[in-house]
Amino acid sequence: MSAAAGDGGRGGGGRGEGVDGVGGGIVKVGVAGRVARALPIPAGAGLARWVLARNLLAFRHGWVTLVSGFAEPVFYLFSLGVGIGALVHTVHTDGGSEVPYAVFVAPALLASSAMNGAIMDSTFNVFFKLRHAKLYDSMLATPIGPRDIAVGEIGWAVLRGALYSAAFLVVALLAGMVTSWWALLALPAAVLIGLAFAAIGMFATTYMTSWQHFDYITLAIQPMFLFSATFFPLSTYPEGIRWLVQATPLYHGVTLERGLMLGEVSSALAGHTAYLVVLGVIGALGAARRIERLLLT
Amino acid sequence: MSVALASILRVSSVEPDQSARGSAAAGDAASVCGVAAAGGVAPAGGDVLVSARGLTKTFGGFTAVDGIDVAVRRGEAFGFLGPNGAGKSSTMRMIAGVSPATSGELRVFGQDPASHGPAIRARLGNCPQADMLDEELTVQENLWIYGRYFGLTKAQTRERATELLEFAQLTDRRADKVEPLSGGMKRRLTIARSLINNPELLLLDEPTTGLDPQARHILWDRLFRLKRQGVTLIITTHYMDEAEQLCDRLVVMDRGRIAAEGSPRDLIARYSTREVVELRFDTDDHADHVDAVQGLVGASRVELLPDRLLVYTDDGDATSADLHARGVVPLSTLVRRSTLEDVFLHLTGRTLVD
Repeated sequence: MSAAAGDGGRGGGGRGEGVDGVGGGIVKVGVAGRVARALPIPAGAGLARWVLARNLLAFRHGWVTLVSGFAEPVFYLFSLGVGIGALVHTVHTDGGSEVPYAVFVAPALLASSAMNGAIMDSTFNVFFKLRHAKLYDSMLATPIGPRDIAVGEIGWAVLRGALYSAAFLVVALLAGMVTSWWALLALPAAVLIGLAFAAIGMFATTYMTSWQHFDYITLAIQPMFLFSATFFPLSTYPEGIRWLVQATPLYHGVTLERGLMLGEVSSALAGHTAYLVVLGVIGALGAARRIERLLLT
Repeated sequence: MSVALASILRVSSVEPDQSARGSAAAGDAASVCGVAAAGGVAPAGGDVLVSARGLTKTFGGFTAVDGIDVAVRRGEAFGFLGPNGAGKSSTMRMIAGVSPATSGELRVFGQDPASHGPAIRARLGNCPQADMLDEELTVQENLWIYGRYFGLTKAQTRERATELLEFAQLTDRRADKVEPLSGGMKRRLTIARSLINNPELLLLDEPTTGLDPQARHILWDRLFRLKRQGVTLIITTHYMDEAEQLCDRLVVMDRGRIAAEGSPRDLIARYSTREVVELRFDTDDHADHVDAVQGLVGASRVELLPDRLLVYTDDGDATSADLHARGVVPLSTLVRRSTLEDVFLHLTGRTLVD
């Protein structure tokens, strides 16, 4: 990911111009080209929704996967929240209140499921389309540009993740694990978590050349799932490694969800939100740039 | 011109979506001709859809395309003939707007693919070497979604898909998944898919490679129909028979350069003789027999191949009669007309397909 100076003109100024802007002539290209040189924004033609629509069409043939994506976090909720909860009873949150364990862990599972859903789609599925099905090559033969592909694929992963999250929230609500009206914002927050992980996941996937590389994803996701203040509060960790926990994206997702679902709202939540937004933007731009580099050679 | 094309393809009601096709279509024809005329590479007459001057593509230290000049006019079937690695696919990818040129000038519909990629791609059909069909979708879904990638409306796409399924002889397989289709069917679907946007220019990279003879002939028939309907075709191939069958005009490419340009008949007249006598001897090394076949009646040149000798002649029968008169007895003697293969051999010293 060197700076855009070299091919930014082509990227942004050319493909970024879009189909509708063709008649606009040289001036627009010039401005867009200068902007592209300043910012590494790969080109798109405003057709990302059709990349997403394509996934919806393919999904109709394989809707069973929706069930598994929903079931996993619910199983966790009952085995950990209810099962372990019977042993642990209550937990002192980092926000200072004392809540039943199930209530403590539910927001973390919501954040984790948003992460898992997004990662599954943006890594395995994207890898298959990129390296095996050559789907993006055939898309790039049309007016669709690399940015459309990145936005469309990330959008699809976010949409799927949002479905899982919404279903999970309903279950958590029915099970009495939601205690605050702020929980209404838990779904948008889950969408944001999905966006951050889908974008970074897709970006990382563009660097993979074999299925073995997915072990790195597992290696990153597993510890994050277990140690991002998911199952016990940050205060449990030794002082020396708290910064490490706090550096992980899932920690910010978990903390954001927990704050909202327990109603422990503070200005710190804005910081967590910003972290996830920045991650999403970097991932999306990086993924688009990499697709451009890999396929438009 | 898109109207004419549409009516021939019996889709007169499906006008290309202006937002998707861009608005700079016909207006730039004049500037294209201007560019081409200045470069001196445009053939006389017709409006030029593709023009390249000094077009070069390098990958690291490897030069795939080495400064070629090409001009393709509307309505013609233009071919790039050459062996694998000659730079044909790299050239096609640059024309298709999916590969930036390293240097030189390229104009497609009068526009630079580097700055007007989406607008150019909206107006052309691209059939790459690999089919790259969407195997998670059915046959007709492949067409439906592809039309949407071009920004066509649902109604336009559906109507066009129905016609293209008929054209590709896939109507009865429309609801099937792509994966179990035969190679020929997949290729026809790929071509049908690339026609979804009613392109003025269709790029076909090795369209029949890997197909059995029957599937090739069906495909050629479909391509002939497109040509008659006025679609401009650019075809790459390493099959000389395909180039002779399909192309009005072609360039012979070798190691990134253009070795010759003209119609198949022109090229044969210019670079080969009327007939060729192929001689096979019962020997390990045909070089041993080269001297024995020099200076035969009517013959102008002898070419040595690993498995045979080619004697270039204006009168094959007279040449082989003279051979017999000398008492030279080959294992087999075949008199045939010159082909583009001979042109290629003469220009490069190598055969097209090894």
